[in-house]
Amino acid sequence: MTVIIDYKAGNTQSVMNVLDKIGEPYLLSCDPQDLIAAERLILPGVGHAAPAMKQLQKQGLDQIISHFEKPFLGICLGMQIMYEYSEEGNTACLGLIPGTIRKFIPSKSLKVPHMGWNDIDLDINQSLFKGLNERESVYFVHSYFADFEESSTIGITEYARRFSAAVRYKNFMGLQFHPEKSGKVGQTMIENFIKMK
Amino acid sequence: MLKKRIIPCLDIKDGRTVKGTNFINLMDAGDPAELAARYSEEGADELVFLDISATQENRQTLVDLVKKIAKEINIPFAVGGGIGDEEIVRKLLTNGADKVSVNSACIKAPNLIDTIAGTFGEQCLIVAIDARNINGQWKVYSHGGSRPTELDLFEWALQVQSRGAGEILFTSMDHDGTKNGFANTALKRLNEQSHIPVVASGGAGKIEHFTDLFLSTDVSAALAAGVFHFKEIGIGLLKHELAKAGIAVRKTD
Repeated sequence: MTVIIDYKAGNTQSVMNVLDKIGEPYLLSCDPQDLIAAERLILPGVGHAAPAMKQLQKQGLDQIISHFEKPFLGICLGMQIMYEYSEEGNTACLGLIPGTIRKFIPSKSLKVPHMGWNDIDLDINQSLFKGLNERESVYFVHSYFADFEESSTIGITEYARRFSAAVRYKNFMGLQFHPEKSGKVGQTMIENFIKMK
Repeated sequence: MLKKRIIPCLDIKDGRTVKGTNFINLMDAGDPAELAARYSEEGADELVFLDISATQENRQTLVDLVKKIAKEINIPFAVGGGIGDEEIVRKLLTNGADKVSVNSACIKAPNLIDTIAGTFGEQCLIVAIDARNINGQWKVYSHGGSRPTELDLFEWALQVQSRGAGEILFTSMDHDGTKNGFANTALKRLNEQSHIPVVASGGAGKIEHFTDLFLSTDVSAALAAGVFHFKEIGIGLLKHELAKAGIAVRKTD
């Protein structure tokens, strides 16, 4: 069963809605036993890195996630806290993916948050992107970003700089945008993810 | 490249979509969730639902509606209309709204902006501003444009930004309903002073108005109601024409 990690950080409802639409059964849980037994995990998230990490640690979920060997998908803040460190609240994160999350510096020519539909160039050899084109549009809302990194980036978006809009490091995958709000393209990614073993 | 967003706005009364001109001659226009799904299919980038009944009794109806809409569509949507406290914001967001739009309540108590942004994040907070040009000065109005305030549009916009608004939705009351085009001059100035996205509202009548807006200002999005409801402008055709004019829009099949 797919388990959505319930850690009081945001938009679990919209992830649940997409799974309902696809007809995929899931469990929303923060019980360590459920997470260990899961076929795959989804870590959603909207909000701030520091309280999100604190909540995971309080429930002892950070350790379980680190040892998880099946498909894992972090979304938005859920992806950011998969890195080693975030400038948001100077937070030590899960360290599943090497690298640091940094802030977009706003200016009159660079609106922050980076909000709206933007292009993403996908590594279409990834099973997560099966059935999609090399360039798609997806919906972003974020003020922090992960640098492009040869070893883990599987989707690149440009907003003042090239950043990592999709990552994969071993069994850990992350999407900076909101697949659950990105129309058919995003839904395809979720469908691909729930087929992964 | 970041796309310019096209945002249809749906007026909601007692859980139903209504259509009318300047809040007069309201007609029932059906189930908001169904209409939302149709706009989403046609290529809308985001939706705004404005609860024009906005009384306490209707709040649960609105929350139920939000839940239904969230199940129906998979593009972002915002809810506005009489939002005045943290509790209703929490209800709307946890039931599936991506953003809330707040107007009069934060004019009365600007701290509400800090509170909502601090609790739920800046990304979910649109501050809507209605203003009118009076002898060269843009004055802010509250309560659906019915009450003048002492606030200056540009000063107020800077204040809401510094307090934590994630977006500014500016409606020019001088242009709203005229179908003569957006308030491009004011929008350009507003956008240039802001480091958060600015959404333009008021005045859309034909496709050229959207093209003019995006060619003469760098605002992030355009919002309109009537022209989409009454099918005067098809969203698909609009985006096609914008793309032809060299404006970055999300392509939908």
